[in-house]
Amino acid sequence: MTEFLLGAAGLVLLTVALGLVRVLGGPGNVDRTMAAQLLGTGGIAALLLVAAATGVRGAADVALGLALLAAFASVAFVNSAAPEQEATGKDKPDQQADE
Amino acid sequence: MTAALDIFTVVAICAGAAFFMAGSVGLLRFPDSLTRLHALTKADNLGLGLIVLGLLPQADSLLGGLKLVAVWLLVQLGSATVAQLIAHALRRRGPGT
Amino acid sequence: MSVILALDISLAALVLAVAVWTIASREAFAAVVGYVAYGLLVSLVWVRLFAVDVALTEAAIGSGVTGVLLISAAVRLRATEAAVSVEWPGAGSRVLTAALCILVTAALAAVVLMMPDPGATLAPEAARHLPETALGNPVTAVLMAFRALDTLLEKVVLFLAVIGVWSLAADGNWGGIAGPRRAPHRKGALAFLAQLLPPVGIVVAIHIVWVGANEPGGAFQGGAILAAMWLIVIMARLAEAPAIGGRRLRLALVAGPAVFLAVGLLGFAVAGAFLAYPSGLAKPLIVFIEIFMTLSIAVSLPMLVLGPPDRPAERPPS
Repeated sequence: MTEFLLGAAGLVLLTVALGLVRVLGGPGNVDRTMAAQLLGTGGIAALLLVAAATGVRGAADVALGLALLAAFASVAFVNSAAPEQEATGKDKPDQQADE
Repeated sequence: MTAALDIFTVVAICAGAAFFMAGSVGLLRFPDSLTRLHALTKADNLGLGLIVLGLLPQADSLLGGLKLVAVWLLVQLGSATVAQLIAHALRRRGPGT
Repeated sequence: MSVILALDISLAALVLAVAVWTIASREAFAAVVGYVAYGLLVSLVWVRLFAVDVALTEAAIGSGVTGVLLISAAVRLRATEAAVSVEWPGAGSRVLTAALCILVTAALAAVVLMMPDPGATLAPEAARHLPETALGNPVTAVLMAFRALDTLLEKVVLFLAVIGVWSLAADGNWGGIAGPRRAPHRKGALAFLAQLLPPVGIVVAIHIVWVGANEPGGAFQGGAILAAMWLIVIMARLAEAPAIGGRRLRLALVAGPAVFLAVGLLGFAVAGAFLAYPSGLAKPLIVFIEIFMTLSIAVSLPMLVLGPPDRPAERPPS
């Protein structure tokens, strides 16, 4: 079971690596913000698998912290990669279409 | 009983890893940013959910299992909204993605 | 080649690859994204090394808050980036820099490889005295009991950093608010996230601080998560950045170092030395200090990220 979990963790890390290759080179900054997302899900999956395999205590707390911080970092990246137009009140003309 | 739980773990984690692979293949092959975003968020979240499901029988206490589910729910919430934000940003950037 | 060795090697290779990409990238934004990715991967490395407290700190502060700080800096520098990228250093200085970096790396590698096999360490001593502090987590015992002076000085340094950032404000803006005035924006995905995530984040942060006495966790990590939650609310425009002249803000900033210092001075009277804890009271005192430290960290880190005030306060600070 330990080898299987570690192998699965390695596989997930491989997918993260492949994804990073594509995302970090992406044209434009908004594509790169997907890197934080990718690591958020892939990294947490690998973390949980490695922790279950090697018996590390407290790894679920690290995963909780990673989930919160990955969301936080992604929001900050998106806000600075594509700042909204500073209009007076509404700044997205297609706001109604979003609901 | 533990053998059955182990088989469940192996199957779920294999399925989860397969979804991660599918997400990465989508990332590498889809033509533009919006479709890549779709591959990233949908496939990877499902992959993480299946992996969490597979790790639940291996958790050492009820609280540990609940924390795993909480991690998955939190990642769902975060990535669903961040996907919306990234998509808005891509749309604001205009055609040419 | 066992599975775990293969996993370790591929993890190390991935970390190195991301680091090289970060250094080689030409654009500030791309480099910061690479840095955050690198930090999240390194936190996985720390878990592999069974250093869970460090993994939490790396994820929270090393890549989370610091990454956002660097991004705000990159945004501020965007106007000058075109001018800077034209002045690329000449071949001579690049070769010299490369030679110096290789020298430093070789020295570090030599030191690591030449260490005696059971390296000189105080860990058994610390583990032996752990029961006296009634704590279950040896990292917290080292941070808050055996080397409490270092932690106290770190908190003071954090406080001084905040003052340093504030001192960059123009004279007329002192006591004011960072960032331009923006209309609140209560609909949309970001507002939804900023209303749903912070309550969860607060619960997780309090859990991590509380559990830090016996399991991996602690004040620094919990405070960083609280800081991230407050910053999300500000980024989503559901709340204004606070005026730096506000009394409650300043009280919260000094609470941590002040309480730590007070307990330390009390140690003179009660237990005979600075920062000595009376026996039996060590754990309650440590938890008491950690609560105030969490508050101070949760307030200092957003102050560092938001930067110096850009406009004067709306009304005179009370």
